[in-house]
Amino acid sequence: MKDTLTITGAAHSDHNHDSAVKHVTGRANYTDDIAMPEGTLHAYLGVSHVAHATLHGLDLSEVLAVPGVVGVLTAADVPGVNDISPTGRNDEPVFPTDRIQFHGQPLFAVVAETRDIARRAAERACIDCTPLPHALDPVAAQEAGYPHVTAPLKLERGDLDAGLAAAKNRIKGRITVGGQDHMYLEGHIAFAIPGEDDDVIVHCSTQHPSEAQHMVAHVLGVPSNAVVVNVRRMGGGFGGKESQMNLFAAVAAMAAKKWGQAVKIRPDRDQDMTATGKRHDFVIDYEVGFDDTGRIEAVGGTFAARCGFSSDLSGPVTDRALFHADNAYFYPNVRLTSRPMKTNTVSNTAFRGFGGPQGVVAAERMIEEIAYATGQDPLDVRKANFYGNEGRDLTPYHQQVEDNILDRLVSELEESADYRARRTEILAYNAGSPVLKKGIALTPVKFGISFTATWYNQAGALVHVYNDGSIHLNHGGTEMGQGLNTKVAQVVAEAFQVDFERIKITKTTTEKVPNTSATAASSGTDLNGMAALNAVEQIKARLVEFACDRWAVPPGAVRFEANRVLIGDEVLSFDAFIRQAYLARVQLSAAGFYKTPKIHWDRDKGQGRPFYYYAYGAACSEVTIDTLTGEYRVERTDILHDVGRSLNPALDKGQVEGAFIQGMGWLTTEELWWDDAGRLRTHAPSTYKIPLASDRPRVFNVNLADWSENRELTIKRSKAVGEPPFMLGISVFEALSMAVASVADYRECPRLDAPATPERVLMAVDRLRRGAA
Amino acid sequence: MTYRDDIRFILNGREVSARDVGASRTLLDFLRLERRLTGTKEGCAEGDCGACTVLVGRLTEAGLIYAPVNACIRFLASVDGCHVVTVEHVSGPEGALHPVQQAMIDFHGSQCGFCTPGFVMSLYALWMQTPEPTEAQVETALQGNLCRCTGYAPIIRAAVAVSRYGTPAADHLTAEREAMTARLRALRDGRRVVTGPDDNLAILPADVDDLAQCLVETPGATIVAGATDVGLWVTKFLRPIGPAIFTGHLEALKTVAREADHLLIGAGASYTDCQSLLSQHLPHLAPYWDRIAGWQVRNMGTVGGNIANGSPIGDTPPVLIALGAEITLRHGSERRTLPLERFFLDYGKQDRAAGEFVESIRIPLPGASDRNAAYKISKRRDEDISTVAAGLSVTVERGRITRARLAFGGMAATPKRAAQAEAALIGQPWAHATFEAAAEALAEDFSPLSDWRGSAGYRMLSAQNLLRRFFLEQDADTTAPAQLATA
Ligand SMILES: Cc1cc2nc3c(=O)[nH]c(=O)nc-3n(C[C@@H](O)[C@@H](O)[C@H](O)COP(=O)(O)OP(=O)(O)OC[C@H]3O[C@@H](n4cnc5c(N)ncnc54)[C@H](O)[C@@H]3O)c2cc1C
Ligand code: FES
Ligand code: FES
Repeated sequence: MKDTLTITGAAHSDHNHDSAVKHVTGRANYTDDIAMPEGTLHAYLGVSHVAHATLHGLDLSEVLAVPGVVGVLTAADVPGVNDISPTGRNDEPVFPTDRIQFHGQPLFAVVAETRDIARRAAERACIDCTPLPHALDPVAAQEAGYPHVTAPLKLERGDLDAGLAAAKNRIKGRITVGGQDHMYLEGHIAFAIPGEDDDVIVHCSTQHPSEAQHMVAHVLGVPSNAVVVNVRRMGGGFGGKESQMNLFAAVAAMAAKKWGQAVKIRPDRDQDMTATGKRHDFVIDYEVGFDDTGRIEAVGGTFAARCGFSSDLSGPVTDRALFHADNAYFYPNVRLTSRPMKTNTVSNTAFRGFGGPQGVVAAERMIEEIAYATGQDPLDVRKANFYGNEGRDLTPYHQQVEDNILDRLVSELEESADYRARRTEILAYNAGSPVLKKGIALTPVKFGISFTATWYNQAGALVHVYNDGSIHLNHGGTEMGQGLNTKVAQVVAEAFQVDFERIKITKTTTEKVPNTSATAASSGTDLNGMAALNAVEQIKARLVEFACDRWAVPPGAVRFEANRVLIGDEVLSFDAFIRQAYLARVQLSAAGFYKTPKIHWDRDKGQGRPFYYYAYGAACSEVTIDTLTGEYRVERTDILHDVGRSLNPALDKGQVEGAFIQGMGWLTTEELWWDDAGRLRTHAPSTYKIPLASDRPRVFNVNLADWSENRELTIKRSKAVGEPPFMLGISVFEALSMAVASVADYRECPRLDAPATPERVLMAVDRLRRGAA
Repeated sequence: MTYRDDIRFILNGREVSARDVGASRTLLDFLRLERRLTGTKEGCAEGDCGACTVLVGRLTEAGLIYAPVNACIRFLASVDGCHVVTVEHVSGPEGALHPVQQAMIDFHGSQCGFCTPGFVMSLYALWMQTPEPTEAQVETALQGNLCRCTGYAPIIRAAVAVSRYGTPAADHLTAEREAMTARLRALRDGRRVVTGPDDNLAILPADVDDLAQCLVETPGATIVAGATDVGLWVTKFLRPIGPAIFTGHLEALKTVAREADHLLIGAGASYTDCQSLLSQHLPHLAPYWDRIAGWQVRNMGTVGGNIANGSPIGDTPPVLIALGAEITLRHGSERRTLPLERFFLDYGKQDRAAGEFVESIRIPLPGASDRNAAYKISKRRDEDISTVAAGLSVTVERGRITRARLAFGGMAATPKRAAQAEAALIGQPWAHATFEAAAEALAEDFSPLSDWRGSAGYRMLSAQNLLRRFFLEQDADTTAPAQLATA
C-alpha cells in the first residue's frame, strides 16, 4: 500500500477525467460498442415526408417484403400507452395514429437482421395522407392561430406601463434568435435485451435513465420495476439526451419484447438531427424605458418560442428564458410573458442553458439599444444596471439576489483584458480601415442554479466498501463528458481520505439508484456529490462508532488521513481497518440522499426562490469583420468565470472553454434552415456548421475566479459549471454587432439577428451603410 | 488473364484477405462490425466529423506514406495493398501510451471522449510529418475533426506539446517502415481485382491502360477515385454504385508535374498530392487549397473527381477555369482535350461519354502581367462547402486590362464564367471605376439561388464584392487590408 501523506484525486485537485486513458486508446465503450448477443436485430425509423397532414394509413407491404426484414412496429403495436411526453401531457405519441405533425416525424419502425437492411427498407413505405397547411415558426404560428403547447408564464414586478410612461426614453424592438442542434458526436442509440416475464434491460445514451425507464414501462404497459436502464457514458449530451432518448429506448424495448431478441436502434446523423428536438428559436419583442444616463426604468418583453408539435420540455425552457431575461440587470418595473408556440417542426427540447441564453441575449440587446441611443460604451450601460443593494436586488420573479459578485468580477476582467485601452484602439483602427472593422464587447452572465421543477432537486447515491478496502461508487447522475463521475469520486476519496484509484466508478443504472433526476441544469455535481457524501458520512459514522468501541477512544480520536485511519495512538491502513470493521460486522454500504434546501417556486404567482444560488461570469471578445463578405474572425477572448471553490479546476476550465465555444457557435455559424415544405435542410455536419479548431479565438485567456466561494452550503462550496459559461459566447455576438455599427459611426444599433452568419453580418453592414448614406 | 478476387491489405499488424467485397462496403463497417475494432467511431458517416479517422499507409514513389482518412466514406475495396492503422494500434506493443495519447491526457484533451480516437489519429499523422507544429499547422490538420465538448483549446495545447513526449524516430510505425514496405510490396501482384456480388461488383484495374479497358468493357460503371463524393451516395443516399471501377490505387494517375509552360495534374492526384506543386507555381491557390474540405478528405479527394462530379459548388473548377485549364478525357486509347469550362454542360450534365474518363488536367502558368486570385466564401471558414467561390484572372498591360477570365461557383447551375463582367473589364483601365462597372455587370451574368448556404441576395452582393476585393488587393495604391489574413 502507498504510504504518502496525501491522497490522489483530493477535492479541489486537477485530477484527470477518470476515463481519459480509455478515451485516447479507443477503449472507452459507448452503447454502440457493447458486444451484441447472437441474433441481435436492428431497428430503424420510417419517417414522414410532409410537415403536416391527416394520416389515413401506412402500407408497409413493400417494407416487409425486403429480404432480411423481420417485421414492423406501428402505433397499433404499442402494448401500453402510445405516449412518451416527459411531462405527462400525453401530447407526444411514439408513432402518430391520425396526424403527421412535422417533416421527418417517425411513423413506424422496421426491424431487420442488419441495420443496413432496416435502413433501406424504411424508405419503402407508402404513407397515405392528406397534407394540411403548416406553420413553421412562432410568428407564422401566431398568425395561423396555433395554440400554446403549454401554459405561458408571466413574470411581473412594479408597474410596467407606468414605468414606461414615466421613462424619458423608450425603445421598442424585435430580435430573432435561432435554435441550435446539439451535435453531440455520438448520436442517439438504444440497445434492448429482453429478459424473463416483463423484464427488459435497455442500454442507451440518456441523460435521464429514470425517465427512460418510466417511459419504457409506460409504453410497454408494465411496472417500472420490470425495466432496467443502463448508461456507462455518453458521447456528449448537452440536453439533447434528456428526453429525446425516450423514443429510441421505447422502440428498442418494444421490439425486443415482441421478437424476444436483443434489438439495437441507431438513427443515422440526418435522422438524429431531423427527428429529435433542439434548442428553441425565439422571436422576442421588447420595449425598454430608460433615463438619459442609460439606467433602465422599465422592461416589457414577449418571448415567443418555436416549441414544435408537442410540449416536451418547452414549459420549463420558456420559463427559464424569462428567468434570465434580466441577465444581470435590475429592472425596476417589468412584465415578461412567454408564448410557447406550437409549430409543425420537431418538438424542441433541453439544450445547455435551457432557454436561459435566449433570455440573456434579449437583455443584452436592450443594453445595446440603450448604449447606441445614449452614445455610451455598452459596458458602462451594463455596469449602471447591475443588481445592487438597497432596493435594486429583486429579480422579476421576486427572488433576492444575495450573492452578486459581478462588480468585482467584471472590474477584474475589464482590467486584465485591458478593455478600455483596446476599445479606444479599435475605434481608431476602424476610422482608418475601409474594409476590415473591429468590435469589442465585455458581457456578464448571472445564471440561476436549481431545477425550476423543485422536486427534481433531489439525488441518490450508493456506496459500498468491500472488505478488501476497495470502494464501489454509484450515483444517479450520468457521465456525458462533463467529468461528473470524476468529481463525485473526488468527493468520496476526500471524505474517506483514500486514493482516487481505489474508487470504482460504475455505470449509472436504475437498479442501484431509483427515481433519479436528469443530469441537467448544471446540477449533476451539486446533487450527486452531496448524495455520495451523505452515503460516505453514514458509513464513516458507523466506522467511527466501531473504532470507539474497539479501541475505547472518544470519537474525536478517530481520524481518516491519507489511506489510513488514526485511532488514538494506533495507525491502521485503510484496508486493515476495513477488514477489522467487516469482521466486527459493521455495515459497509450505504445509500445516500440529498435534496436542495431553501428553494420554492409558485408558478401561478410568478414568485418564489427558484434558485439556490447564482453562478457568475464575464467574457470580453474582440472580432474583425470583412465588410465586403461578412466573414469574420474572433481575435481574442478573455474569460473570468465563477465556479465557487472548484472541485476540479482543470475539468471546470474545460467546461468553461467548451461552453464558450458552443455558445459562440450558436450565435455565429450554426444555422437551422427549413425550406418552405418544412424540411430541415441543415441536418448533418456537412450543412450544419459547429465551430472548428480554427474558429476559436486567436488569443484565448480563460481563468476561474479563484477567490469565489459559494455562500450556500453546496458540495465543498463549489458552484455548478455546465451551463453558465455557455452564455459567455454572447460577447462574440455583441462584438460583431459593434463592428457592424462602425460603418454607420455607431449611431445606430445594428439589430443583428442570431445566428450572425457572414450573410447576416454583410446584410446588416449593407443596411446600415444605405441608411447612413 | 486471371483476376484476383480478394482485397489484400494489412490491418494494424495482421494481413487481411477479404473475399466478396462489395463495392459499397465501407472500411468503417468492416472495422466496427466485422473486426469489432470499436475504437474507431461513427459520428456522421459523411466525412465531416473525423470520429472515424484511421491512417492509411500506401506505397508511393516517395516511399510509404501514412495519411489520415475517413473510414466512413472510404470503401473497403480501396485499401487493397495498403496498411490500415486504427487507434487500437497506436499505443506501443506493451500498451505504453503514445506521446500523442499522453499529451491528450495531460492537457485534458478529452471530455466525452467520442471524438478523441479521431483526434488522436489526426494528431498522430501530423506528428509523424511535422513533429513540432505551430498552432496554425495544428488547426489545418484538424479541419476535419469536430469536437463538441472541449472547444479545442486543450487539444491544441496537447498537439503543440507532443514533441516533448517523444519523437517519431522512436515510433513503432517508423521502426517497422522497411518491413512494412516489403510486406506491402509483396501484396502487389499486378493483377486486376474483381470482387463482390454481381450487383455490387468492385473492380480494381491493374494499371491505367487497364482502367481504360475496364471502362470500355463496362461503360456504365461508377468510377470511384477518392470516394469523397461517391462515398456519400452510399452512406447518405443509399444509392447502389456497382459495378464500380476503383482508381485510387493507380499511382500513375496521380502524377503531378511542371512541364514547360504548364502544370500537368493526373486526374487521380489528391488535393494533398497537388498541394506543394500548386503552392509553388500558383501561390494564390495555397490558402484556398487549405480551405477545401479537411485534411482527411484532402488526402482522398481528387481534383479529377471534383471536376468529373460536375457540381456547381466544387471549389476547383472556378479557379482552374480562370487560369485557362484544359482537361484530357480518354476512351480506350483515344484522347481528347477541351477547355475546362466546356466540360460543364448543364446542371448534373458533363461532356463525358460513357466509358470515358478524365485522365489529366493541364493548367497554363500565368504570365508576368497576369493578376490572379482565388476566393471562397462559406458560412464557416474551414471545411465548409462554398456559398460562392471565385477564380479571377486578368492581364494588365500598360495600365489597361487586356484579358479577363472571371469564373464563379455557387452562382449558377454549373461553374461558369461571368461574360458581362469580363466584358466590362476588357479594354478598360485598371481603376476602381472599372471594377465597379464589372460588379454592376455581374448582376446580368447570374441569377443565383437561395438555399441554406446563402440567399440569392447575399450570393450576388458578396460575389460583386469579391471583384471589389480583387481590385483593392491587386492595386498598388491601396494599402489597407481587404480581407482577413489567412493563418
Ligand atoms: C467532408 C467533405 C468536405 C468537402 N469539402 C469540399 C470543399 O470544401 N470543396 C469542394 O470543392 N469539395 C468538397 N468536397 C467534395 C470533394 O471532396 C469532392 O468533390 C472530390 O474532389 C471528389 O473527388 P473524389 O476523388 O473523392 O471523387 P469520387 O467521389 O471518387 O468521384 C466523384 C465523381 O467523379 C467521378 N470521377 C472520379 N474520377 C473520375 C475520373 N478520373 N474520370 C471520370 N470520372 C471520375 C466519379 O464517378 C463521381 O461521379 C468535400 C467532401 C467531403 C466528404
Ligand atoms: S464518421 Fe464522421 S467523418 Fe466519418
Ligand atoms: S470530447 Fe466530446 S466531442 Fe470531443
